[in-house]
Amino acid sequence: MRGVAVRAVAAMLLLASCTDTPSPGTPVTVFAAASLRQAFLAEGQAFEATHPGVRVRFSFAGSQVLVAQVKQGAPADVVATADPQSMSSLGDRVLGQPQVLAHNRLAILTATGNPRHIRGLADLPRVRVVLAGPTVPLGKASALALARAGVTVRPRSLEDSATGVITKLRLGEADAGIGYVTDLAGTGLAGLPLPGTTTTLMIGALTASPRAGDFVDFVLSAEGRRILLSFGFR
Amino acid sequence: MSRSRRHPLSLSALALVAVVLLLLPLIALLVRTPWQRMPALLGSDAVQQALWLSVRCALAATVLSVVLGIPLAWVLARSHLPGRRLLRGLVAVPLVLPPVVGGVALLLAFGRQGVLGPLLVEAGAVPAFTTWGVILAETFVALPFLVLTVEGALSGLARDHEEVAATLGARPLRVFLTVTLPAIWPSVLSGAVLAGARALGEFGATTTFAGSLPGETQTVPLAVYALLQDDPSAAYALSAVLLTVSVAMVLALRSVRR
Repeated sequence: MRGVAVRAVAAMLLLASCTDTPSPGTPVTVFAAASLRQAFLAEGQAFEATHPGVRVRFSFAGSQVLVAQVKQGAPADVVATADPQSMSSLGDRVLGQPQVLAHNRLAILTATGNPRHIRGLADLPRVRVVLAGPTVPLGKASALALARAGVTVRPRSLEDSATGVITKLRLGEADAGIGYVTDLAGTGLAGLPLPGTTTTLMIGALTASPRAGDFVDFVLSAEGRRILLSFGFR
Repeated sequence: MSRSRRHPLSLSALALVAVVLLLLPLIALLVRTPWQRMPALLGSDAVQQALWLSVRCALAATVLSVVLGIPLAWVLARSHLPGRRLLRGLVAVPLVLPPVVGGVALLLAFGRQGVLGPLLVEAGAVPAFTTWGVILAETFVALPFLVLTVEGALSGLARDHEEVAATLGARPLRVFLTVTLPAIWPSVLSGAVLAGARALGEFGATTTFAGSLPGETQTVPLAVYALLQDDPSAAYALSAVLLTVSVAMVLALRSVRR
């Protein structure tokens, strides 16, 4: 009987230790804003193709979530945020100077064909709207755009990331939302770009691992830039 | 008249509402699951990674729950420890605690800035945002299921066999392992199934305490949530897998209890 217990514990330890076995290829762990999801998955593939033996692992979430996780000690090598404020709140956790990754713009997103005939921010109070929450970079930018236009809306939901807004729209739970122009590709949603709402995405390395620097360099290279542009970033 | 007494219409109607409420969402999930995409989807690297991670972590959490939970159940049922009742109540708290609160509490205990943080950093063994963190979070929510199930069985167990064994000179640990444990084995099994099911479905505490990194901490429930934002029909398919596993666990529980 005691043998059984000992064997059970041994099996458990063995089982758990499996999780520490490194899989083939040195991984570089990239924490990226949810709005970068599609573009960075493509960047990851291109990076792996040009750097044999290196594997890129992504964790996508709202920038504010990523920042909190990094501060709690999450093992990220590279972080890319949807605004400069999120990046600067990481302080000297970022090695060297964070760099401008790209620019994005806000857009009113609606179902395909814009069935509620939304022509601008002023139309939002009469429909069901979903926004990103006030701690999300997208949410801050959305609130600013609404305030500038003098429009007040009562959102049905405050999502914790840019992709959360897309999900609610695709599920038909809202008529309109404020997202990024880069969200339009491949989602089947229609969009109305909002003038004067340029946002700035930042990227920085968190560890001195050469892979981290390589990935940042790659994304900022001509090849990486071409991929970002193909997804609508500027 | 006698008929209506046997079947009060109002009760039957409310029961029907309850059945619809419980089963309609599950049926809707099965109807909308893209079955023809299932093989390709389940074979994809990302899904395989999440599935195996889930299986490994839930299994480890279940084994930990059994190894730690049986002794705790024994203490609660048999010892004369002062404050035993209070302890029994406290053990049940994670059962009803919102999982996200569990995650926050785990961060405050085992996170880098947690109570044990400096110690764990020194030892280079901070579990937050690692696979160990997933196992820890799952054990935190699963352990009470095992403890309460086994404790109930121990309290209801007649003591005569144990006393006979003790009279014959068996030491307490030997009595426990050779007499008590075999007698409550079915409860240990059903407690383990309950704990395993809870561990497998864990979301809130895991995402809060361990984040959502594919291959490292992104278990199937977290993958479902991530996929819902990216590839909804893949999320439906993975949800159907979890539903199937849940049905299997209910069947397992029934056969254990029979």
